Amino acid sequence: MFNFEKEFLSDLNKEVKTGTTVMAVTFKGGVIIAADSRTSSGSYAVNRVTDKLTPVHDQIYCLRSGSAADTQIISSYVSYYTNMFSIEEGSKPTVKKAAHMFREFLYQNKQYLHAAIICAGWDPIEGGSVYSLPLGGSIVKQPFATGGSGSTYLYGYCDMNFKENMTEEEAEKFVTYGITEAIARDGGSGGIVRKAIIDKNGVRRKTVYGNKLKKFWEK
Amino acid sequence: MSGIGTGYDLYPTTFSPDGRIFQVEYAHKAVENSSTAIGLCCKDGVVFGIEKIILSKMLVEGTNRRVFSVGEHIGIATAGLTADGRRIVQNARQEAKNYENFTSDIIPIHVLTERLSIYVQVFTLYNYIRPFGCSLMIGSYDEEKGPSLYCIEPDSVALGFYGCAIGKGKQEAKTEISKLKLSEMTCKDAVKEIAKILIKTVHDETKEKEMELEMSWICKETKGKHKLVPKKLIEEAVEWVKGQENEED
Repeated sequence: MFNFEKEFLSDLNKEVKTGTTVMAVTFKGGVIIAADSRTSSGSYAVNRVTDKLTPVHDQIYCLRSGSAADTQIISSYVSYYTNMFSIEEGSKPTVKKAAHMFREFLYQNKQYLHAAIICAGWDPIEGGSVYSLPLGGSIVKQPFATGGSGSTYLYGYCDMNFKENMTEEEAEKFVTYGITEAIARDGGSGGIVRKAIIDKNGVRRKTVYGNKLKKFWEK
Repeated sequence: MSGIGTGYDLYPTTFSPDGRIFQVEYAHKAVENSSTAIGLCCKDGVVFGIEKIILSKMLVEGTNRRVFSVGEHIGIATAGLTADGRRIVQNARQEAKNYENFTSDIIPIHVLTERLSIYVQVFTLYNYIRPFGCSLMIGSYDEEKGPSLYCIEPDSVALGFYGCAIGKGKQEAKTEISKLKLSEMTCKDAVKEIAKILIKTVHDETKEKEMELEMSWICKETKGKHKLVPKKLIEEAVEWVKGQENEED
């Protein structure tokens, strides 16, 4: 039997996911984080200008991939707790602290969640740091991290092009080209490239619009 | 036995006409009945010393502990009802563990002190639970921030000290402590000075039975971990005090 709803509207009832590409890279003096801007519900792009760079604290950001609802609620919990702790302690939280709070939420609730987070930022103790928190709730500190459906297309690119202690310009180019390439190849990623540079002076946000994205091998 | 607070002293939920809560003040009296404990914040750490009255020759040495570890890096010394003190320490250990599980960092001493004083305050609010009859000294040593010493009383007031004494002989002890130059003293010297104050000034040999010294420290030497002062050092300190007495005679 032909079912109109089942055939044509099934996409609209799918859970909203951030089929995504996100990257975070440490450089000499801080971190750069970058993401695409597509939120999809099946094949419908719910939001083509999403901001996936979510502030957790003054100089700590997180990159969200997986279920949009899950990641939003967890990042607002961690943001709440980092703010409360910083008032209690009288000093800003370290990236390590925020990342471990993410871990606690993701691990203790792993049955219910479909969320992967990259927590990156700058603090005076470690400088720039990037922590990767994949689906199961583990935590790994890395010099750079990628996440989301588009990240699969970037493993080779990152392995070949990443260097420790890059300058800010080099790191910016590294992430911009990476996200651009993932947008080109991954159906779940698209739109514009949003970037944020976090160092001891604070956060600077930048955007690269669709028509300005560099075209790699394309006819 | 009618005292000053008669009529207004049945429950912590009643203020007296001159604005005092007598149950909390009576809790202070419980602390003043106990033997003295001293905490000194020195150049390179914090040292605790407790005068323990030996109630019976049958008691094993080192039993009836009055100094406790919270995490590895914080020490708490109690005076007053020891059981009450142990209850608060249990809560402190819970707080420290939860903080560490959540943030992967060890709990800073001023955060723990704040939380304990909030906990103690709760027990001064209701008529079906009594205030804690103990004072606590909380000490820690950090490479960057240096040594810290706080004292929480039964009314939940938590103050930071360079040198502190609680219990029966706190007045005399505080007088002696104020004569010391704490910022120039090392922990090893503090062990001797505390022994001197407890043995000579505070402990009255004619009135009370024998005493045992329980001492612990958190310092550079212990790498910021709370440990009991080695028995050898305590024995040397006691010898030194005896030597001083003979000199003066």
